[in-house]
Amino acid sequence: MDLNQKFTPQTWPKHPEQATLEGKNKIVGLWIFLASDTVLFASVFATYIALKDHGPAGMTFAAKDLYELPLAFIMTMLLLTSSLTSVYAMYHMKNYNYSGVRTWMGITVLLGLGFLALEIYEFQHYVHIGFGYTQSAFSSAFFTLVGMHGIHVIIGLIWISGLIFRNSKRGLNLYNAPKFFAASLYWHFIDVVWVFIFTVVYLMGVLG
Amino acid sequence: MSSVTQKKGFGAHVWDYLTTVDHKKIAIMYLAAGTLFFAIAGFEALLMRIQLMFPESTFISAGLFNELLTMHGTTMLFLAATPLLFAFMNAIVPLQIGARDVAFPFLNSLGFWLFFLGAIFLHLSFFLGGAPDAGWTSYASLSLYSPGHGIDFYILGLQISGAGTLISGINFIVTIITMRAPGMTFMRMPLFTWTSLVSSSLILFAFPPLTGGLFLMLVDRMFGANFFDHTMGGNTIIWEHLFWIFGHPEVYILVLPAFGLFSEIIPVFARKRLFGYSSMVFATILIGFLGFMVWAHHMFTVGLGSTANAIFAVATMAIAVPTGMKVFNWILTIWGGSIKVTVPMLYALGFIPSFVAGGVTGVMQATAPLDYQLHDSYFIVAHFHYVIVGGIVTALFGSAHFYWPIMFNRTLNHKLGVLTFWVFFIGFHLTFFLQHFLGLMGMPRRVFTYMGGQGWDLFNFISTIGAMMMGVGVVLLVVDVLLSIKSKPVNKRDYWGDGRSLEWAIETPLPFYNFKQTPLIRGYDPYWIEKEEGNKEGMVYAEPLGEIHMPNNSILPLVMSIGTFIAAFGALYSPWGDQVQAGTATGASPAVSLALIIGGLGLTIACMIIRSVKDDLGFHVTVKEIEKIEADLAHYRATGKKGGNK
Repeated sequence: MDLNQKFTPQTWPKHPEQATLEGKNKIVGLWIFLASDTVLFASVFATYIALKDHGPAGMTFAAKDLYELPLAFIMTMLLLTSSLTSVYAMYHMKNYNYSGVRTWMGITVLLGLGFLALEIYEFQHYVHIGFGYTQSAFSSAFFTLVGMHGIHVIIGLIWISGLIFRNSKRGLNLYNAPKFFAASLYWHFIDVVWVFIFTVVYLMGVLG
Repeated sequence: MSSVTQKKGFGAHVWDYLTTVDHKKIAIMYLAAGTLFFAIAGFEALLMRIQLMFPESTFISAGLFNELLTMHGTTMLFLAATPLLFAFMNAIVPLQIGARDVAFPFLNSLGFWLFFLGAIFLHLSFFLGGAPDAGWTSYASLSLYSPGHGIDFYILGLQISGAGTLISGINFIVTIITMRAPGMTFMRMPLFTWTSLVSSSLILFAFPPLTGGLFLMLVDRMFGANFFDHTMGGNTIIWEHLFWIFGHPEVYILVLPAFGLFSEIIPVFARKRLFGYSSMVFATILIGFLGFMVWAHHMFTVGLGSTANAIFAVATMAIAVPTGMKVFNWILTIWGGSIKVTVPMLYALGFIPSFVAGGVTGVMQATAPLDYQLHDSYFIVAHFHYVIVGGIVTALFGSAHFYWPIMFNRTLNHKLGVLTFWVFFIGFHLTFFLQHFLGLMGMPRRVFTYMGGQGWDLFNFISTIGAMMMGVGVVLLVVDVLLSIKSKPVNKRDYWGDGRSLEWAIETPLPFYNFKQTPLIRGYDPYWIEKEEGNKEGMVYAEPLGEIHMPNNSILPLVMSIGTFIAAFGALYSPWGDQVQAGTATGASPAVSLALIIGGLGLTIACMIIRSVKDDLGFHVTVKEIEKIEADLAHYRATGKKGGNK
């Protein structure tokens, strides 16, 4: 693979992320990794469901009173929108428009940061009212499940911003196109997991 | 570059292995590391058997016995059987599908180093205050309150080595999906490649629950979480579920590649096409699928209720069907063949009855009411050793003989191999056959001693004699390996003369890029097809001789693994740990603990950043260089002299 190979929108392949064997391997590998990550989340989801509202005798915290749906709704909207903006970035990548990729990936990072800030606020709030990590089995399970998703968000943010900075000067080529595509795929995965967290933790939590 | 064409100093060789991304060298490292841990775990088993040789023996203490039985099980499954199978998968799978290397050579190296440093970490427990002592299953109700750092070593060591295994599993799946040579369709893939694919998929879905479970245990023990502490609302059964959702597929992760290896060995020495290839593939996939449906048969006595027990009992019995298909296919492959009884074939012939015995006792235990009687008795010990030793260890020993010519360009001795087989095989049955009856007579497993005069004395004594014979067998095999260093190089393709699949079509010693031109696959058993058509050159090729693209070596995988190793010590000595706060274990100050965790993980992350920021495009071997390497290799094969064709 030649990094200096210059493309035009006309010569740019239709699926740049799979135009090389390395790119194809990366994408297939990431899909397979996401399958195993799904199982990891499934295990922690199951643990959360089993331990929901369980605590030491006389525990006053219950999911019903704890969660704030408006906050969770705003977080959901931020993350869903960030998934959409990463799709725009991929659209521009297929059209060999690097500044489009950079802009929309940048917006994705900003939205992700907004989500993360709200999550940190939420965690801090729970700790403040006495619902800390070691308070009960319920609190441990909640922070582990939602926190694990939060760590995935942080990794995704570092990944995407790293890609933007590393490639800001040189634009798109067949070496970094699969990397952008993989990061975007990972970001969608984070989004899908959050949809399940919103449903299982927040909506089902508020229902009681 | 090719190890044959260049003379290098010792330091350069060491550096070469520390940085290598070549699947053939990583295979050798897996083989060496796996053999080391196999020997350690075998030694632990011998100590336990000596303790149980006589009633009320005081050879070792109860505490040490618990540590030995935990480390024996954990080491054998995670750190011996898995890497030894990875050794063969690394060495053979890329050759069988006609690839130059695996899909992610860098990750291949990372997977090895994570496994190795995790294993070292686990074994350091012996020197740092006591090994884990809650059994390889480490049930939370027991392990949560185990004093000292033993269980912490178990959690962190397995977490690290498990990450390595998962990475290698993903790597093999992608390799087999995307890197097959032209014409190598899925239904032409050799059975070992098929079983490696299915086994890697099982790793993919089975290791995350273990990672999750270990993480919950880690935060419970070291950072004050409450997943398994019932006084805080926790539930210890969650660990049992997560562990067995991993633990049962783990058995198939190990045994499927073993099935694959025998499916390679048997057709070669029966000199017949594998009987029922498509049904073998189907059975492999079915075993992999059903393997995830049966975990609760380890938990019949937990009290999940009769409905759950019945469902899992039926699912478990169903696995006997595809396994039985495989056994019949092997027998029908041998049937009417022109059989050559070599050492690998001996192991294959010994494997079939031994494994069937292990499988039949498995179906007995699947009967939930009977399992209430058999549970936690020596019957269980006998059952899973019949499966693991009779199925997996025989496969490993047999394939070592079978594939030694490809991996090392040397051969293991036939006579010594036959002797090893008989000593080991008789020792194995002597050890474990009688344990079935010990279990039926009521002897519980995991006890460090027993009272005399209950009718157990003689069987325990004989069992220990058998274990010693197995020990002698392993020593003989190691001697065989050492002797092979001085044996005559093979220097040809198709050592056994009846090779069928692609790996036999290539002349040893192999150049680092494997096939100089990608071969064209014209059907199942591609090399056999070429031989039948009188092709003396090995294979026909799918491309003209051209530049070969190969990956660069890198030290980063080792450094990344060292980073996790350092961070693991930080977590181990966490001052917030339950045992540290209870005063039964030593802890570091918060600053030291956090510094180790952050510093270690920081080192790992820094390596990841270097890896992503620095472009690594690999290098190209030009046609001229290929011709030179091929000429040098031909010169070496003809004269036995390294250093090229001057």
